[in-house]
Amino acid sequence: MLPSYRRDDGTTHPPLLSPGYRSTVLRAPREQLVLLPHTLTEVTGPMLGEGRVRDSDADLTLAPGGEAQGQRIIVHGQVRDADGRPVPHTLVEVWQANAAGRYQHRWDQHHAPLDPHFTGVGRCLTDDSGHYRFVTIKPGAYPWGNHENAWRPAHIHFSLLGRAFTQRLVTQMYFPDDPLFAYDPIFNSVRDERARARLVSRFDLAATVDSWALGFRFDIVLCGTDGTPMEEPHDD
Amino acid sequence: MTTEFRSDYAGDAGFDGLTPSQTVGPYLSIGLPWPDGPSVVEEGTPGAIRIAGTVYDGTGAVVPDALIETWQADPDGGFAHPDDPRGRPTGFRGFGRCPTDDAGDWAILTLKPGIVPDREGRPQAPHLDVSVLARGLLHRVVTRIYFADEAEANAADPVLATVPPARRSTLLATPERDGYRFDIRLQGDDETVFFAL
Repeated sequence: MLPSYRRDDGTTHPPLLSPGYRSTVLRAPREQLVLLPHTLTEVTGPMLGEGRVRDSDADLTLAPGGEAQGQRIIVHGQVRDADGRPVPHTLVEVWQANAAGRYQHRWDQHHAPLDPHFTGVGRCLTDDSGHYRFVTIKPGAYPWGNHENAWRPAHIHFSLLGRAFTQRLVTQMYFPDDPLFAYDPIFNSVRDERARARLVSRFDLAATVDSWALGFRFDIVLCGTDGTPMEEPHDD
Repeated sequence: MTTEFRSDYAGDAGFDGLTPSQTVGPYLSIGLPWPDGPSVVEEGTPGAIRIAGTVYDGTGAVVPDALIETWQADPDGGFAHPDDPRGRPTGFRGFGRCPTDDAGDWAILTLKPGIVPDREGRPQAPHLDVSVLARGLLHRVVTRIYFADEAEANAADPVLATVPPARRSTLLATPERDGYRFDIRLQGDDETVFFAL
């Protein structure tokens, strides 16, 4: 029996055409999407990472030659599917701006300092119970020209392959209480307020290391299965 | 303590807890590409084909900041995955990942996939699943690559049969001198067929 993955009900993911985010206007498809059945191609997917990830890839502050500048943070969480099951041994890839809000990318011309000791890229595999952990620095906000006085809230890009092609997810993790939330069309492209809140990490004192780094927790939930009960129902 | 965007959703497990998608942004090339990403198989592998294309936006301008990911069966139609009940591990990675360059071009080197059954056991024509990620795409868009020189298999393919006939050609990779061409038009005339998963 092949697993079948639950389809998005249209309330979680942002609409492709979200004109407040200008770049969607010429890139979002206009034709109606065609329903793709979940055949073997869709319920399988790349399960990569072993041999591709070194332990040191999870610490973004340790570039060769010196330590990254900024506020050191620990970002951790659990990757689950919507049935609540952990997704173990799955590749988590992250990239981000430096503490001053600048990416180490030839196109980023923001007038903020580059940090020679911060490339802004990291990766790791989730453990047996779906947990991941990165050490990095808190990225800065940066201007992006989408509209007048447009600044992106501080965020870290996350990419997950999941277990199946259907579960592939790219998202952004934000930080609690960012004053820029109300003005950001990318964050607000997620229309449901509760769904939007799930993009925001929470401060985690238990993960904070005294005199060293602040902890933030960001749990990630990939789509779950549909119609294939994985355990006996129970009344409790 | 409380803010408008609280994230204390403990106990909110279940479908409501799904993490929303966000765009990869313009700087995806910092974090996503791999040196061997475009090489599903190594150069020189017998039977290897190059599938190459260009990504265009709604004005026909090239998209230089996209990422193409492909997922496919091996030439026998099998997947290196525990959920393939036929379990024929071949060591075939099946996954390709290539950013577009300044000209909007991408290419992968792979093997032509074999026949994969649908859920009713009907044969599907050789195909690759494709994700397109880019600045301006708040959620990846998904398409399939079929092969124009598989006319008979394509005519019997249960997924292609659900696509309006006039648009099916957007899903066909066309033979070229050293492989196949598969251009992706995100929007506009000849817009590529994209699928809802």
